Amino acid sequence: MKFSESWLKTLIQYNWTSKQLADALTMAGIEVEALESVAPPFSGVVVGQVLSADKHPEADRLKVLSVDVGETSPLQIVCGAGNVVVGMKAPCAKVGALLPGEFKIKEAKLRGVASFGMMCSEKELGLKEDAEGLMVLSAEAPVGTDIRQYLQLDDQLFTLKLTPNRADCLSVLGVAREVSALTKASVNLPSIDSVPLANLPPRSVMNEAPEACPLYLGRRIRLANPKTPTPAWMLERLERSGIRSHGIVVDVTNYVLLEMGQPLHAFDDELLTGNVVIRFAQNQEKLMLLNEQEVSLTEDILVIADEKEVLAMAGIMGGKTSAVSDNTSQLFLEAAFFQPNSIAGRARRFNVATDSSHRFERGVDFTNTAKALERASALLLAVCGGEAGPVVKSEHTLPQRKACLVRQQRVERVLGIKIATQQITELLTQLGMTIEPHDQGVQVTPPSYRFDLAIEEDYIEEIARLIGYDEIPELTPVGKLNMLTQPAQLTMESLFQDRLVARDYQEAISYSFIGEEWQRHFSQQQQALALLNPIASHLGIMRTSIWPGLLQALQYNLTKQAERVRLFEMGRCFYKNNQGEIEQPKKLALLAYGNVVSEQWGEKARTVDFFDIKSDIEALLDKTNLTFNASQHPVLHPGRQATITQLGQVVGYVGELHPRLVKAFDLSQSCLMAELDLELLSTEHAISYQEGSKYPQVKRDLAVIVDEQHTLGAMLASLKPLITHPIQDLFLFDLYRGAGVPQGKKSLAFRIVMQDTEKTLTDNDIDSMVASVLHKLQSDFQAELR
Amino acid sequence: MQELQTILKEAVASLSSIESPALLEECKAKYLGKTGVLTEHLKALGKLSAEERPLRGAEINQVKVAIEEALRLQREKISALELEKQLASEALDVTLPGRGVGVGGLHPVTHTIRRIRQLFSSMGFEVADGPEIETDDYNFTALNIPENHPARAMHDTFYLDAKHVLRTHTSPMQVRYMEKREPPYQVIVPGRVYRCDSDMTHTPMFHQVEGLWVSETVTFSSLKATLIEFMRQFFEQEELKARFRPSFFPFTEPSAEMDIGCVICHGEGCRVCSHTGWLEVLGCGMVHPNVLKPLGIDTERYVGFAFGLGVERLAMLRYGVNDLRVFFENDLKFLTQFN
Repeated sequence: MKFSESWLKTLIQYNWTSKQLADALTMAGIEVEALESVAPPFSGVVVGQVLSADKHPEADRLKVLSVDVGETSPLQIVCGAGNVVVGMKAPCAKVGALLPGEFKIKEAKLRGVASFGMMCSEKELGLKEDAEGLMVLSAEAPVGTDIRQYLQLDDQLFTLKLTPNRADCLSVLGVAREVSALTKASVNLPSIDSVPLANLPPRSVMNEAPEACPLYLGRRIRLANPKTPTPAWMLERLERSGIRSHGIVVDVTNYVLLEMGQPLHAFDDELLTGNVVIRFAQNQEKLMLLNEQEVSLTEDILVIADEKEVLAMAGIMGGKTSAVSDNTSQLFLEAAFFQPNSIAGRARRFNVATDSSHRFERGVDFTNTAKALERASALLLAVCGGEAGPVVKSEHTLPQRKACLVRQQRVERVLGIKIATQQITELLTQLGMTIEPHDQGVQVTPPSYRFDLAIEEDYIEEIARLIGYDEIPELTPVGKLNMLTQPAQLTMESLFQDRLVARDYQEAISYSFIGEEWQRHFSQQQQALALLNPIASHLGIMRTSIWPGLLQALQYNLTKQAERVRLFEMGRCFYKNNQGEIEQPKKLALLAYGNVVSEQWGEKARTVDFFDIKSDIEALLDKTNLTFNASQHPVLHPGRQATITQLGQVVGYVGELHPRLVKAFDLSQSCLMAELDLELLSTEHAISYQEGSKYPQVKRDLAVIVDEQHTLGAMLASLKPLITHPIQDLFLFDLYRGAGVPQGKKSLAFRIVMQDTEKTLTDNDIDSMVASVLHKLQSDFQAELR
Repeated sequence: MQELQTILKEAVASLSSIESPALLEECKAKYLGKTGVLTEHLKALGKLSAEERPLRGAEINQVKVAIEEALRLQREKISALELEKQLASEALDVTLPGRGVGVGGLHPVTHTIRRIRQLFSSMGFEVADGPEIETDDYNFTALNIPENHPARAMHDTFYLDAKHVLRTHTSPMQVRYMEKREPPYQVIVPGRVYRCDSDMTHTPMFHQVEGLWVSETVTFSSLKATLIEFMRQFFEQEELKARFRPSFFPFTEPSAEMDIGCVICHGEGCRVCSHTGWLEVLGCGMVHPNVLKPLGIDTERYVGFAFGLGVERLAMLRYGVNDLRVFFENDLKFLTQFN
């Protein structure tokens, strides 16, 4: 909502400066988004009239003007503008004038001819960005009058950012009411008298949708001079509200819309057939709108039709065929009240939001509808001459304004401040509400223009905003002190983040949606979800894995010359499960690319590999319940990947990016990736202390040669039953292939750690334990002692 | 034979100039060895009378002890010197960089959420988490935003199908949290939210922290106190100014928009605050009875406030970041600045 202060001041007088008013409105919830001057500061410019224009003796493009500026003798002014004609009126900057940009007008000689001022364009006065030629003023402009005064250039433009509940402020009248509540000055409504009625036969209205349209008024108007230009004062107000002129009829309806908040629509009466019908559209009924957009309507669209066809989407936009044109001399002017819920959402659905739909879907003052019709009729007849026929009316049940009890105690309970009933009464009265006393407070009935007041809290807000939110004290809340439980999931997430940071990973956050070309690589297991209205095609699919985001981040950083990239991200992934339900588990993904440690002196550089990232995973999860098994994830290198299994449950994958994708993503080397489903992880981690033994610990190493085919995992699994007291630990500490080990075989060296809690182990004990391990390896894996 | 005192003088003099352990041993042998000078004197004792012998013997012994003491001192001196040499040779250029695994860092959004969480936790707020694909019902209807409500147009919603949206705010968690528990409620919900909008100041995904406190005592004045205190603690500016303006959210009544004095220019006027001296930081209000009543909450007994703040907005102000989009580019040059 944009309007000029001079327009507002036709309805209400107050003593505040523009800035004070803007601040007060903002602090009362009517946010003034912008407050700007109509024109930048300048002085010494008056209305001038060109009396004569002679060719400059020395320059073809210049003219020597004689300009009347209302002084005893005209001024001689040299001017280069192309549109100069004798008799025209234009702004004239006299000697001593100060124009925008600190440009001072002095007496000057132009190619030998003296010039005592300057004729101005709109650009030179700072009114427009660009201008061709002088600014042409109306023939009625009084010569010699200061241009700022004549064009009301000291006016201020207010732009309001209104919240959807305050549709009542979508008019100058509405703003004036709000200003009245703040300043206590009264609103002077323009006097609206009914126009004299002519004997134009009325056009009947058939209302088939009385609930959606409880009030419909229309009349024929015949214009004597339909081509009369819109008066300057009206054009100026419209222009300052950001509305362009479309001829007198549309300008008047726009003017009344802005002034009173009542949308109007004018049909070319001669193009209508029979009665006006208010009804809902039939499915697929077609209408060519004013903006040349053809829409196919549905049954929930309220339309204005005649007996032949649909004429308009009610309250939203008129149709092209019945629209007024420059030649229209007889109108059918409509003023109606449409129920907000019969308009709401439709304009957005058809992408045809208008000033009219914006107001109707929020609520228009139905007690003003008839006045607005009279106001528009009067303005049209005053400008164009002509006559108006009687008003046809269809009225049904209009919205009721119910009284609501506002209890003083409730006001205090919600706001935390005690407000006397008398003050409550005063404040709400200022807002145009009807107050009845009540023993607990007041009974309030809202005015017809307020569609946002229904419950006690709504009035409490009105009271609070008129007092001023800043006047409500800040009181530290009092509550029960309860210790908070630490949610295990949250604790785990923080722990993981901290551990990964300690292991030189940088946290990333990527968008939850990715492009289809990325998703294609990652969607084999789950059904991905697509957005109906993505912001761009590369952000159209909900991610089922975090990997695409991290890989994109990798690519981005490689283009920025990074050589080593280690990222992790935690966040939700999305897919449809086999039952068709949406799942959105939280996942954690890792990506490592480049050297295992940052380049440094005295250390041989080594590229990160599977076992490095495996160790990162092991650092996060309780190792005792963790296994890794060769797997077949299509995104990973088939021979260098594993499932991560915790307590028998697959919780994620770890591996090297598939060489096919390394190539597809144009990476110069592979990268390591892991992903965990955080919601499948066990958060239980009960720590149970084991007392240490005071007897000596014994270590024995055992090197065996086995076939390549045997995995360490299988061997450790088979040895697991043996790893029991007094064997404390059994682990691989060396893996060797090469000289001394036959082709197709490998040498594994295990360390066995033994310690008894009751006694010192004897050589006998030790040998027999080592022998049992060896025996197991021999029998299960045909191991040979090395 | 030389005089004993001369021997002593000579011995001490030559010992004290020796710097190598081998020469020291040689010198020791010269005086105290089997054929040493002093040994010669001892051997000569036998030629003396029984009266003279003990006196002379004691004299020689005195000199011997003195030489041995000098020898010991010189030995210590030499070993001290040798250690010094060794240490000097072992000295490092301590200005060379340290080696090993480096340290990564958290995303600035995570840093900010953690900070917000800590401040509210210290005031007794629990932390909850919820789904990002929401039903239309939780995202709108349960929050008093029925279908076709103009407020829906303010949200630029991403749709998955007729029923599912990407949550446009963290507010649906108010309802999800309350429907599973009995009042009082005191909780914050950090998380990702989505709006179909993208430019310098909008990204289609960003983070919010929702706050909710419903109890038998909280009021609008406690909402003001809580949020002003939070902002002061968050920006570590005790004198931070704040103001509340009436606003509109369908799920709060009264509703407010909170502005704080510009943390960059302190009200002088700068580009960040568009020369107003104020920064819009969050929306808040008293929870609308239409949200509480369907959950079976007695609105006469329980009143509450709610707020939603933008995490990136606070992070940008705290760290001086001027472009929202960089938060999601994952440029290491950006991310590592917060480590």
